[in-house]
Amino acid sequence: MTAAVAEPRATDEPLLKVRGLDKHFGPVQALYHVDLDLPSGKVTALCGDNGAGKSVLTKCIAGIYQPDQGEISWEGHQVHIRHARDASRLGIETVYQDLALADNLDIVQNMFLGRERLRHWLLDEDSMERAAGETLASLRVTTVRSVRQPVASLSGGQRQSVAVAKAVMWNSKLVIMDEPTAALGVVQTKQVLDLIKRLRDRGLAVMVISHNLTDVFQVADRIAVLYLGRLVVQDDASKFDLQKVVEYMTTGGSSRTNGARTEES
Amino acid sequence: MAGAAPEQAPDLTAAPEAVEAELPPGVVAQTLGQYVRAYTARIGAGESGVLPVIFAMFAIMVVFGAISPNHVFLSPVNLVNLFQQAAVFMVLAMAEGFALILGEIDLSVGFVGAVGGAITVQLVQPLTTNWHWVPAIIAGLLACTLFGAIQGTLITRLRLPSFIVTLGGYLIANGLFLYILLRGPFSGYPNLAGQSDSLRVIYNLMWGTIDPTVSWIGAAVVVLGLGLVIWSSDARRRRSGLVAPPASVTAIKVGVIAVVAVVVVAICNTNRANLGTLEGVPWVIPIILAVLGAWTVLLTRTQFGRYVYAIGGNPEAARRAGINVALIRTVGFALCSFTAGIAMLLYASLLGGMSNNVQGGQYVLYAVAAAVIGGTSLFGGRGKPLHGVLGGLVIAAIYNGLYLQGISSVEWQYVITGFVLLAAVVIDAVSRRGASSGSVTRA
Repeated sequence: MTAAVAEPRATDEPLLKVRGLDKHFGPVQALYHVDLDLPSGKVTALCGDNGAGKSVLTKCIAGIYQPDQGEISWEGHQVHIRHARDASRLGIETVYQDLALADNLDIVQNMFLGRERLRHWLLDEDSMERAAGETLASLRVTTVRSVRQPVASLSGGQRQSVAVAKAVMWNSKLVIMDEPTAALGVVQTKQVLDLIKRLRDRGLAVMVISHNLTDVFQVADRIAVLYLGRLVVQDDASKFDLQKVVEYMTTGGSSRTNGARTEES
Repeated sequence: MAGAAPEQAPDLTAAPEAVEAELPPGVVAQTLGQYVRAYTARIGAGESGVLPVIFAMFAIMVVFGAISPNHVFLSPVNLVNLFQQAAVFMVLAMAEGFALILGEIDLSVGFVGAVGGAITVQLVQPLTTNWHWVPAIIAGLLACTLFGAIQGTLITRLRLPSFIVTLGGYLIANGLFLYILLRGPFSGYPNLAGQSDSLRVIYNLMWGTIDPTVSWIGAAVVVLGLGLVIWSSDARRRRSGLVAPPASVTAIKVGVIAVVAVVVVAICNTNRANLGTLEGVPWVIPIILAVLGAWTVLLTRTQFGRYVYAIGGNPEAARRAGINVALIRTVGFALCSFTAGIAMLLYASLLGGMSNNVQGGQYVLYAVAAAVIGGTSLFGGRGKPLHGVLGGLVIAAIYNGLYLQGISSVEWQYVITGFVLLAAVVIDAVSRRGASSGSVTRA
C-alpha cells in the first residue's frame, strides 16, 4: 500500500481515541475496556466474530449508544457524543449496512436529505444538484448516468457509493462503514474498495467493519480485532496475515503474540 | 494499488435496457426522439407517469361519446356537468394523496370533510348564526384540520395503524356530522337557498360562472405565467449544465397546458342553457387549480414536501437524516383532513346544502381509487396532486357515462368503480414489483 497522505498529520495524536470504553446491556457486558485509535489518512478495519461487539462500539462512537464508562477524545480533546447529531457536528458520519437511502428519491435528494439548501423558502435544487455532482465527481463515482436518477434504479455498488458520497459531503473527518461489501458482487466490491482508498487518500479517517477478510486485507492500513467485547489487538495491517486475524477473531489471541496489545507508533 | 485506480469501467452488472426503462426520461434524453423512446420504455416497464391515465380518459371519452344517446356525453353542458361532479373526487383524492404518499391511508376523509362542510353551511344560515362566509369557511376547515391533527397524533405518538385510527375517526365524524346537521330549525337539511350573500357565495363555489371574457383573460394569464416559469427554469438548468429536458420537450409541455386551457375555456364559454344564457368557466375550476398549484408547490418545492416523500419511501432513512418523522406525519394527516374539508365544502355547494344523504364512506373509496388510478402508489413515496385531479376526472367520467346510459342504479356503479380501483391497484403493485426486481440489493 502506498498511502500517500497529502498533508502532514499529527502522527502522535490520532483523530479519534477511545480509552477504557465499557458498555453493558443489563447483565450482558458488550464492551469491556476497549481502547481504539482511528488516525486520519488511514483505513482501520474492525474485525470480529458475530456478537464480538463491533456494532455496539460503532454505535457508541456514532452517538447512538452512550458508553457506561470510558473516554472518547476527538482531535486531542475529550468529547461526549450524546446524539447522532453531535457526531455529525464533529465530522463523524456512519454508512450503515442498510445504507438508509430512500428508493423513491433521486441521488441529489438522498444526498441532501435532512440538510436541504433553501432559497426564498423553496428548495434550491440547482445548487444542490451542482454540489452533489461535484462530490460524486471528486470521488470518481462515474458509473451513475445522472444525479437525477432515482436510487431504486441503482446497482448495489452504486448505492453504496451514493451513501458514501452522502457521508463525505459534509466535511466529515471520520467515515464509519458497516459491512460495505457484504451484499455486492465482484465488480461492485472493487468499486467500493477503490472508493474507500480514495477517502483515505483525501486524508479522512475510515473505519471499516467487515467479515470479509479478503476485502479487509485489500483496503486496510490498520486492523483491530474485537473478541467477546474486548479489543484484543490493533496494529498495522502489514503485521498480520489472514490466519493470524482469524486466530484473533476466534480465540482472542494468537499462538505467536498472545493477547498483545500493540499501540501504533 | 492505492489512489490511482484506473478510470472506472462502466458498470457491467446492470443491463442497459433495464436501466433505460427505470430512468425518468428527462434524466437521459438530449433530444426529443430520445425523450420519446425513454418515455415509452418506462411505460413498458410500468413506471409510467400520467400518460396512461390520460390515454384511459381519452378512451372513456371516445367510447361514451360514441354510445351515449345523441352523443350527449361530449356536449358542452354534460362536460361542464361532468367536471363539476369530478371536482369533489379531485379534491378529495388530493387530500388522500397526503396519506398515501406518507405510506398510510385515511379512511375518514369523506365524513371529516363533511363535518367541515356542515359546520360552514350551518354557520352561514341567516336564521341562526348568520356568519359571513369567510369566517364560516375558515371555521369549517379548521375543524377538519384539528380532527386530522388528532388522528395524526394518535397514529404517530401511540404508533397505532392509520387504518384503524381513521376507521374510528370515520365513525366518529359520521356521528358528529349527523349531530351538526340536526342543529337549528332545518330538520337535518340546512340548505343554501336564500337571499343572503354568504349563502349565495357558497352556492356559487360550484354553480357560479365567470364572465366569458374574463375567463379568456384568466386562462391567458395562467398559461403565460406557468409557461414563463416552466420555460425559464428549464432554460436556466440547461444553460448551467444541470439535468433538464430538451427545449422541444419544454415547449411541448407549455403547449399542452395552453391547448388544455383553450379547450376547457372554449367548452365552458359555449352557451349551455336551453333557455337564456349559461356560459363561462365555473368558479370551481380556478378553485381546483389553486388547490392543485398550492399542493404541488408544497410537495415538490419545499422541505416539508421532500420529507413527506422521504418518509413514504424509507421512514428509517428519514429518521436517521434527522427528520422529525412524527411531526411531518401529523402535519400530513392534518393537511389531508383540511383538503377533505375543501372537497366536501364543494360537495355541499353541489348539493345546494348538506343532508344525511352524503356518502362519506363511499367517497373515501372513490378518493383512494382516483389517486391510485391517477398514478399515486398505495405503498407510499410516489404520487402527485395532479394524479388526484386526473384520477378524479376518470372516476367522474365513468360515473357520468354510465348514468347517461341509463345505468344509474347504484349497484352497477359500485361494481364498475370497484373493478377500476382493483385494476389500478394491480397496475401499481405490478409496476412496483418490476421496479424493485430491477435494483440489485436492498440489504
